[in-house]
Amino acid sequence: MEKKDIIQSFKDSLFTGLIALALFGPIVGLRTVSKGEGLFITPQWGVVFLLVGLCILGRFLININSARRTEFKIFSTLSSKFSSITEDKAKHFAITGILFAVVFPFLPFTDRYFMDVAIMILTYIMLGWGLNIVVGLAGLLDLGYVAFYAVGAYSYALIATTFGWSFWICLPLAGVFAAFFGILLGFPVLRLRGDYLAIVTLGFGEIIRIILINWYEVTNGPDGITGIPRPSFFGLPFKRSPDEGETSFHLFFNLEYSTMHRIIFLYYLILVLALITNYFTLKIRKLPVGRAWEALREDEIACKSLGVNPTNTKLTAFAIGAMFGGFAGSFFATRQAFISPESFTFIESAIIVAIVVLGGMGSQTGVVLASIFLIGITEMFRDLEQFRMIAFGGAMVLIMVFKPKGILANRKPTILMHGDKK
Amino acid sequence: MLKISNVETFYGKIQALRGVDLDVNDGEIVSLIGSNGAGKSTLLMTISGVNKARKGNIVFNGENIENKDPHKIVDMGICQVPEGRRIFSRLTVEENLRLGAHANEKGKHFENDIKEVYDLFPVLSDRKTQRGGTLSGGEQQMLAIGRALMSKPKVLLLDEPSLGIAPKLVNQIFVSIKNINKEKNVTIFLVEQNAKKALELADRAYVLVNGKVTIKGPGQELLKNKDIQAAYLEGGAKN
Repeated sequence: MEKKDIIQSFKDSLFTGLIALALFGPIVGLRTVSKGEGLFITPQWGVVFLLVGLCILGRFLININSARRTEFKIFSTLSSKFSSITEDKAKHFAITGILFAVVFPFLPFTDRYFMDVAIMILTYIMLGWGLNIVVGLAGLLDLGYVAFYAVGAYSYALIATTFGWSFWICLPLAGVFAAFFGILLGFPVLRLRGDYLAIVTLGFGEIIRIILINWYEVTNGPDGITGIPRPSFFGLPFKRSPDEGETSFHLFFNLEYSTMHRIIFLYYLILVLALITNYFTLKIRKLPVGRAWEALREDEIACKSLGVNPTNTKLTAFAIGAMFGGFAGSFFATRQAFISPESFTFIESAIIVAIVVLGGMGSQTGVVLASIFLIGITEMFRDLEQFRMIAFGGAMVLIMVFKPKGILANRKPTILMHGDKK
Repeated sequence: MLKISNVETFYGKIQALRGVDLDVNDGEIVSLIGSNGAGKSTLLMTISGVNKARKGNIVFNGENIENKDPHKIVDMGICQVPEGRRIFSRLTVEENLRLGAHANEKGKHFENDIKEVYDLFPVLSDRKTQRGGTLSGGEQQMLAIGRALMSKPKVLLLDEPSLGIAPKLVNQIFVSIKNINKEKNVTIFLVEQNAKKALELADRAYVLVNGKVTIKGPGQELLKNKDIQAAYLEGGAKN
């Protein structure tokens, strides 16, 4: 490596340090502490300098690494480890992953906390897979996906609390409502592409949230909806002491009462819902409509010249993607038993898009890895409270540095005729 | 079978076609030559329904198609191989061909149709599991033509099939176009800048200048036309 390059890298890292200083200075450096009669600022410059130093060092290492890969082994070995995750290995990973997910609740170290995190990760996996239909397959960047999640959750909550119908009736209804909203969003954005589409979908997400806050008579505004019925195990509720004439789950199966039963049931519920989403996506790719989505992502004019109707193709992508978002929303509502507009802010959309993009657009296994990585890391740093979002950002930066096209960037061909060589 | 009369097409305020009259008979190869910006691609896009004609009629087999949606027009049997090939580069060769059969999917003759395309362009058969983007320019053009044939068109619209392709492959592609016309009985409407090749191949040809047809006649006759030789043959493409 030439001396000039090193000096250049060094200058660049110092500049990065400046940016880091500007960001961390006020955010981390000036800590407000409330003491008796008011707020006081306690500076913590030590931490700031540590963070800035880390940024400079990190940037410097990345620069040197990209300038000369062989000389600096740390990054190249790390990134080649990452690249060795090919689609082929991903298949084995998928099978072991599903097996692991099935036995997970009964592993000795699994406790309530682990189960909660696992349910959360699975919810994001399902949302990621749902959005993958719109973004990964059809190539329509949707930044307002959380709107469908919200529509699903509110449909479920309102139907279940008003009519008292069971989860299994409300779930498809919520999906239908969400799909309807998907088409509603689809119509005005048919002519838009790229950045413009992203902006409008972003606005749509906000519109839904603001309607939820202000339509007090129906949605109960910012107070949210409480007392959403918990799911039952095919008619058997998870209650310690069931109502008159009812048998609860633990009595029916002659088990000691435990709140874990309900958690485990929820876990399997979201696991099944997520796997259905995945199965559906894998299947539809091989059907004309799924192929048309992928073709539309590649080239709209070529699609038109071949007789693909872009209007219908885009609308089905929006509707089906939204439907799975709606299913996930219903699950969220029944799990929490309480929903409010606060759960459906833009940051949720951003996280779901991040999962899809970082997983490698269109890769199903990539979504799983990205969910585990992003949500898991954010959870691990829960003790850091508000700073855990830094961990979230750090995780994104790591993926972008090592795998700029996403964890699993390469899509396997969907059809191989006559058992061709792989 | 395809009759275009007095068609005018605009991009916003800019007029690209200024009253084009042109017809293509069943079983013919008709070439349209002209320089950059003459409106050749616009005319094809107008026939395909991607751009709409503001004035004039396009009649296909007795039916007006100037206001139909592109996918309806493909269903009726007019398929275009767009300029620059526009293959789906991240999909495999076979997936590209399957998409070509999109309009024809209910027909269920896929296996048979794809075999015909592979017979026509054997190289595609060797490359069927490869991504479209990894093919060479000439192979991509073959794929684009094969993809369009999968929709079983009655008329094939070809927009500059020689663009950016090695001269050796250009010959091969023009031979294939002739075969498609003679053996599969597909009517060809070819738009080209490579005037010599296009005129040699054509039964009849038209010259488009500034959005208007200026000269028309049998291909061989136009080859000998002094004005055409001066404008399109001598100074321009020589191969």
